[in-house]
Amino acid sequence: MKIVVCIKQVPNTTEVKFDQKTGTLIREGLPTIINPEDKNALEEALAIAGAVGGQVTVLTMGPAQADYALRETLAMGAHEAILLSDRAFAGADTWATSYALAKAVEKLGEFSLIFCGRQAIDGDTAQVGPELAEHLDIPHITYVRRIVALDEKTVVVERALEDGYEIVESTLPALLTTLKELNVPRYPSAGGVITAFDEKKVMVWTAEIVGADPAKIGLKGSPTQVKRTFTPPVKGTGKMLTGTHKEMVQQLIQELRTKHVL
Amino acid sequence: MDFALSKKHEMFRTLFQEFAAQEIAPVAAELDESGEFPWLAVRKMASLGFLGLPFPKDLGGAGADTLAYILAVEEFSRACAATGVVLSAHVSLGAHPIYQFGTKEQQARFLGPLAKGEKLGAFALTEPNAGTDAASQQTTAVLSGGEYVLNGTKIFITNGEVADTYIVFAMTDRSKGLKGISAFVVEKGTPGFTFGPQENKLGIRASSTTELIFEDCRIPTGNMLGKEGDGFKIAMQTLDGGRIGIAAQALGIAQAALDESVRYAKERQQFSKPIGTFQAIQWMIADMGTDIEAARLLVYRAAWLKDMRRPFSKEAAMAKLYASETAMKHTVKAIQVHGGYGYMKDYKVERLMRDAKITEIYEGTSEVQRMVISASLLK
Repeated sequence: MKIVVCIKQVPNTTEVKFDQKTGTLIREGLPTIINPEDKNALEEALAIAGAVGGQVTVLTMGPAQADYALRETLAMGAHEAILLSDRAFAGADTWATSYALAKAVEKLGEFSLIFCGRQAIDGDTAQVGPELAEHLDIPHITYVRRIVALDEKTVVVERALEDGYEIVESTLPALLTTLKELNVPRYPSAGGVITAFDEKKVMVWTAEIVGADPAKIGLKGSPTQVKRTFTPPVKGTGKMLTGTHKEMVQQLIQELRTKHVL
Repeated sequence: MDFALSKKHEMFRTLFQEFAAQEIAPVAAELDESGEFPWLAVRKMASLGFLGLPFPKDLGGAGADTLAYILAVEEFSRACAATGVVLSAHVSLGAHPIYQFGTKEQQARFLGPLAKGEKLGAFALTEPNAGTDAASQQTTAVLSGGEYVLNGTKIFITNGEVADTYIVFAMTDRSKGLKGISAFVVEKGTPGFTFGPQENKLGIRASSTTELIFEDCRIPTGNMLGKEGDGFKIAMQTLDGGRIGIAAQALGIAQAALDESVRYAKERQQFSKPIGTFQAIQWMIADMGTDIEAARLLVYRAAWLKDMRRPFSKEAAMAKLYASETAMKHTVKAIQVHGGYGYMKDYKVERLMRDAKITEIYEGTSEVQRMVISASLLK
């Protein structure tokens, strides 16, 4: 089974510092990581390839530094890694990004599944996965928390909803976006790290190599225009109730009534 | 001159940090208290190839190098020094002599399972009357009926009982003195090879330390490492490499002391201010950070020299001496930063101080390191 996994290299937001005056991220010297839910995507692909046999190709679009993130996926066991990198891709929004990724997937040839993480921790849009599926004209299922069944023609998954889940079946090829509940990503092995750096190569594909239309990539191909970014106001602090259980429940009901929740 | 780690080694460090945070740190205090061996973490280390880091892939190893292995010992020891020494004793003392001195057949038979992590290794030189004076071996190996018959007792053996494969030193010809010592690979389960009880230690309590007892224990001649009489040379060269491992363990402990001190100095308020705003605390932290960086450079350089196949004996001794004394000095200071809280078992720093002490003692005391260093400088 041929599986493609799309990842994004993102700033490690647990170590992020903000410029208090401008409200923007201080990106300088910030360590980068593979977007956490993309690791779940990779883990699922590796587990499937391990169980039924197959080839896992990891794809990312980004600057030259993204090579490191791809090496990490190779260390975890991915078979090949492709870095879509070209000045012409710079400034892409999710639409132009997913178009470029789609061109790369088309170049890769036949595949059964594409896995993407639900969303990236830096942009939080959750758009690239579904858009990629639309560009490729294949079905997609978002928020996958469990794969129930998989054969050569179909996949059945549990798709998380806010208050439960639904079971969805799709024909293959299909694109799935993954939640962290899906699995626990494996550690790279020591031998895997050596393989990733000393034995394998990260292929670099330019816009020309994937045959992307120059009008549809980069800033030019991006319909999104950011007018303004701002830090949302900090939510008010919670209110602690005190007293016996009975008193606290009464206070809570009173409070909820005042707010017209009950 | 480039002091930065390569991308590959950076990835190793991140991997070891993540592994330590998730698999080692959460149970470190509990295992210190109970003295239970960290089997869960060690088995996971084995499955990820960490137990064979510096050995070539064709011999069952991960194909990395000494520096990668040193980063593992450092990061694991930063979380739990006992887990760090399990790795160090296994790789440097148990497996490495077979890699360095073993025949192809011995490497396939003994090193393969050690490098793959299927088995654990240990090293048995110390005896009740042969500590720093390692040449005073009283364990004997007598050739009889095509086998060597071992008799004697080894003490304070790290990974004792939990290990499967032991490098054991014994006198094959007392009249030859140093050149009468030979090295043997002895497997657990060999008749006549038993263990004493677990030692109850001040620190590194989750590591296993036992006596090894040999009573008419018959060893095939094919289990001799090197030639008859090569034992002392094998022991000393093995300890040269092992010292880089212990230096890395000490470095990890010292770094943990700094980590804890910085965090506490920012949190703890006295006189309505974080104690880190007081110069008394700032100076302790500055000294800690400086000594730790100096130790790190020494340790990494010793590892690098070994990887470059250059002489590293003096540099390994310097790294071990400086890193272990840094660990001891600054774990004491870390408790001082914590005040009364630091004396309590609820805080990590008291464990760090107990763990630090052994690094000034095993694999050559600080005094032995000074002997090695001065002998090299004055020769």
